[in-house]
Amino acid sequence: MTELEKRTLLTIITEAALETRLMRDFTLHGIRGFTISDARGKGGRGVRDASWQEAANIRIEVICPRSQAESLLAHLQATYYRDYAMIGFLHDVEVLRPEKF
Amino acid sequence: MIDVVILFFLLGLFAGLARSELKLPAELYDSLSIFLLLAIGLKGGEGLATQALGPLVPQLFAVIALGVLQTLLGFFLLARIGRLARADAASLAAHYGSVSVATFAVGANWLISRDIAFEPQMAIFLAVMEVPAILVGIVLARGLRKDTDWKGLAHESFLGKGVTLLLGGMAIGWIAGPEGLQPIKGLFHDLFKGALALFLLEMGLIVSRQTGEIRRRGAFIVGFGVAMPMLSACLGLACGALLGLSVGGMTLLATLAASASYIAVPATMRIAVPEANPALSLAAVLGVTFPLNILVGIPFYHQLALKLTGAMS
Repeated sequence: MTELEKRTLLTIITEAALETRLMRDFTLHGIRGFTISDARGKGGRGVRDASWQEAANIRIEVICPRSQAESLLAHLQATYYRDYAMIGFLHDVEVLRPEKF
Repeated sequence: MIDVVILFFLLGLFAGLARSELKLPAELYDSLSIFLLLAIGLKGGEGLATQALGPLVPQLFAVIALGVLQTLLGFFLLARIGRLARADAASLAAHYGSVSVATFAVGANWLISRDIAFEPQMAIFLAVMEVPAILVGIVLARGLRKDTDWKGLAHESFLGKGVTLLLGGMAIGWIAGPEGLQPIKGLFHDLFKGALALFLLEMGLIVSRQTGEIRRRGAFIVGFGVAMPMLSACLGLACGALLGLSVGGMTLLATLAASASYIAVPATMRIAVPEANPALSLAAVLGVTFPLNILVGIPFYHQLALKLTGAMS
């Protein structure tokens, strides 16, 4: 097996309504890849059970260098945290093929 | 006799309030709304194929003006009398200035079941009235600021799912005409009521989830959710009378005016006016106005339309 290298996994859980806007932000921050999945749950803004569009959440996962993840998270906090249901957190992960991330 | 589709709505409402395990897949709700939009568009287009389109242009301007007027009236009531914050008042007013496809479908179904005719252009009115309120609402909330992404907003409003499918269905119906539509009638015409029934079952469940927010806001939401559609319906009736619509057409235009959006407007407002509270709007629109319109509003607007035409002749 080739060497594993450290990267940071940024996970964002937020309202499905924001998907298009966030994609644009990612491109501006030079993010090359991400994964989006539908999500549901409960939090400070009530039950988000994905039963229809207005109550749908998404979870976005991005793997990138630490500095990039931190600057993206700071941007999200400044832009969206006040008005939208959103949480974001960082994880250390180890990846193969580090040039992809 | 209560329409059978309304019984499905009541079942959903009851199941939701009783905290039943019943849950319909989100994909079904999406699929049914696509079906309803196309079916309404096709039916309107089919009717339009048999008449000249020129006289419609001034009518379209009239219903656009109606939507704008409703939004301004709603904003005035909410900001001045309700003392809501500007963003909340603008967002909620935009919901009430726009229209609801489900309410329109129930109204059309109510008229068809009673053999009351209405003009085919009602489907165009439905498509046209969805958008102006959104734009007026954004201006009311933010003013004419330079950093507003008007291009993006216009793209989203005019090419959203609702308008695309309604106008697209209408174009297909218009091009194909009654004979061309024959092969797909089995799906889009004969199954309409069944699909509407299933859709309303889900609507009942969605409405039942608004009770928490209504309890929190209480009298204000209920008051506005009842008063605003009544005022709007009167404006709609007056507009219908000015345009010389039939009793069925006037009833449906009043229903359109009284209805409030819960799909296109919330999605756009969430992005354009993020500081407005979406729960407040949805509680009023879904928790109060939608059930009010489909349970008692439509027959009431029909009575008013009959009285108005009687008084005019």
